[in-house]
Amino acid sequence: MVNPMPDNQSHPDMSAGAGQAELPIKVQARDVCVSYSGKQALNHVSIDVPDRSVTAFIGPSGCGKSTFLRCLNRMNDTIEGAKVVGSLKIDGLEVNDKSVDPVVLRANVGMVFQKPNPFPKSIYDNVAYGPRIHGLALSKDELDAIVEDSLKKAGLWDEVADRLNHPGTGLSGGQQQRLVIARAIAVNPEVILMDEPCSALDPIATAKIEELIDELRENYCIIIVTHSMQQAARVSQQTAFFHMGNLVEYGTTEEIFTNPRDPRTQDYITGRFG
Amino acid sequence: MTDTADIPKLRQAISDHLPRRYRAEMRFRVAGLSAVGLAVAILVLLVGSIVMQAIPAFTVNQLVLPVRLESDLVDPQGDGSEASLRRGSYGRVLQEAVREQFPGVRDRRQLRTLFTLYTALNSTRLMDEVLADPGLVGETHTFRMPIADDLDLYLKGRLVQDRTLETAGRLTVAEAGRDFELTSSAADFEGLRDTVSNLLRAEAASLDTRAEQARNRAEGQTGEDREDSLYEAGRLSADADALRAEAELESGWVELSDTLPSILVETGETHLRLTALSADGRSARAESLLGDETGSELADWSLYVIDTPEARRRVSDQLIVWTRALVDRGLVSLDFNTALFANADSREPELAGVKGALFGSILTMLITLTLSVPVGVFTALYLEEYAPKNRFTDLIEVNINNLAAVPSIVFGLLGLAVFINSFGLPRSAPLVGGLVLSLMTLPTVIIATRAALKAVPVSIRQAALAVGASKTQTVFHHVLPLAAPGILTGSIIGLAQAMGETAPLLMIGMVAFIADAPTLGLEGLTQPATVMPVQVFLWSDGAERAFEARTAAAILVLLALMIGFNALAIYLRRRFERRW
Repeated sequence: MVNPMPDNQSHPDMSAGAGQAELPIKVQARDVCVSYSGKQALNHVSIDVPDRSVTAFIGPSGCGKSTFLRCLNRMNDTIEGAKVVGSLKIDGLEVNDKSVDPVVLRANVGMVFQKPNPFPKSIYDNVAYGPRIHGLALSKDELDAIVEDSLKKAGLWDEVADRLNHPGTGLSGGQQQRLVIARAIAVNPEVILMDEPCSALDPIATAKIEELIDELRENYCIIIVTHSMQQAARVSQQTAFFHMGNLVEYGTTEEIFTNPRDPRTQDYITGRFG
Repeated sequence: MTDTADIPKLRQAISDHLPRRYRAEMRFRVAGLSAVGLAVAILVLLVGSIVMQAIPAFTVNQLVLPVRLESDLVDPQGDGSEASLRRGSYGRVLQEAVREQFPGVRDRRQLRTLFTLYTALNSTRLMDEVLADPGLVGETHTFRMPIADDLDLYLKGRLVQDRTLETAGRLTVAEAGRDFELTSSAADFEGLRDTVSNLLRAEAASLDTRAEQARNRAEGQTGEDREDSLYEAGRLSADADALRAEAELESGWVELSDTLPSILVETGETHLRLTALSADGRSARAESLLGDETGSELADWSLYVIDTPEARRRVSDQLIVWTRALVDRGLVSLDFNTALFANADSREPELAGVKGALFGSILTMLITLTLSVPVGVFTALYLEEYAPKNRFTDLIEVNINNLAAVPSIVFGLLGLAVFINSFGLPRSAPLVGGLVLSLMTLPTVIIATRAALKAVPVSIRQAALAVGASKTQTVFHHVLPLAAPGILTGSIIGLAQAMGETAPLLMIGMVAFIADAPTLGLEGLTQPATVMPVQVFLWSDGAERAFEARTAAAILVLLALMIGFNALAIYLRRRFERRW
């Protein structure tokens, strides 16, 4: 799908700016506001996230970056009292539209959580669960192929090929997180949301995940929430800085880290607060 | 602010404090350990005493008698048809079989006593055996029937205090009118004479005490009361003196009343009961309870003493003698008590069994299981996962929690009003029992299930939702399997509780004497039945002493059922348990 709004240069807050023009826009948000039981958590966020690249959301705790992430696959629906207004489009389709089934949406927008959360089932069943419930595989062979392909894409195949029947919960933390990524990509999403995927992992496992994110960028639109600015700098092409429910600044990662325009961004990335 | 110089001091303070901490910890451990120890000890005591009490119920002494199934008694119409066989006089057949063993018994009263060796209900069992095999008519058939419950207890040594004395001398039995006169060449009767004297003196002493008490009472009384008390004291003293006189008697005969131990002399097939001992302890007078052989210088004889006086026990010397004779003839065998498991309840302990109650419990539990578990689990699922949180669902929740605390008899009243009076379901039926117990179990199941569902981590739900599972798929593929161990535990606790209930069944007529077991099937659901705890309750109330052991046995069966239930729960929980 080609984005109908190719040019957003007139809105410096929305687009990552120069250098990204060749990438089509995947996710487009306009004035998205979220409140939890009347308490405003996100104020009028407008952003354009390009496809086939990594976009990092940074900001201090409680700034609304995870809230925004959850809007993208409507996980906010499951939270009592959550209210989302504004326009949020993926490939030009309104996410919050009544006609959009969250089940279909979530098949298209995969999500990886902070703590690895494999199902207490075998490695194979973890990956095969999505394809099974969506009816993506017509035969056992097809399903085997999907599982193998997904595990390979997640860089886990070589480590688990001989023990697919072992429980997924028996893997190490880093392996579990890659298993969860494999589970997400098994249903062929176009967008993958990652909510602090490395915060529970050691540096070596983190490095592996970051490497994986870099590889996945070729085929997916990846949005990652992170507390680590080094991580944002390492893996992302665009960076958005959130503060107090507002999108303060959005631009190419290089720009944000070398030449932030907003003093708050400057303070945050130089470690003065947050 | 702490000065750095104070740091050693602070460390010292911490060290000083340590022993107190360790002492507190030690105290707690000791308290915990002793609590566990006490609980285990009480449990062992409880189960141990029940098992000890139950042991006699698992065996039964059976009479193994040859019975002659004469055609004219058993088959009155002479055509061997079922109708004819059903009209046979099996009671007569049994009576004849017992009379054959004791041909000397002719007197009607004695015969009636003789027939209390067994319960007449056995004739039905004999009929069943003949109906099963009509070829037996005209034959002599070996029939096994439980001996009367008191005699069974006697044979197990649980009814009376008794002992057999060694004899040294040779016995001479001579006829003296209707009685017999016994002499021994050694001092065999002298010991008995001493025993009897001692008992008489002891009895006299206790009468003296009572006389003394009456006199003391009289001190504080006036008028007629005082006179009554003094009269009573005088009477008691006189009785005591008479007993003492008998104890000290130098010549003549000491009569043996039924308040003294029974002394039986057994020589071969002849059983004699001593009626008097000579004062010098050289000879004795006796009456015959069985057989009437006389002889002189008999070497093979024994003295059998039943210390419990005849007046203070449920079985007479006569019945004991007959029973001992049957045992000597090898016609009594101690068998496993199959009746305990093969029969339903009966007025006669020797024929009473738990089958009816066991089947009733199984049928009732099946109804409870099939109603309360699915309804409870799905109610909890809906309330926990789907229901909107509003006033109405809050109200429902509060009510469910309250229902769990309602006394169980209230559910019985509800069952009576709704199921029996409004719906017209039969009384005493496992169906109604199961319905009532389901009502009682539902809140437990719902609360346990909700707790188990709440305990499933959010991350698992998020994981499922994030790959595009619908709400229902999330619940049924992930949440429910993870909650299953908790749900199972809660449900089984609820069911075990229901299995041990009697109060709610009181109202719907399941606390009743029901002599037939319900059939294990659909039709059994509406047949009258009772349940295990009710059986325990009914037997514990039974007049016959043999019910004591059977009560304990029924408790053991109930306990075994519970343990089986819980073992199943643990097994299932292990199987379904998954870690995350």
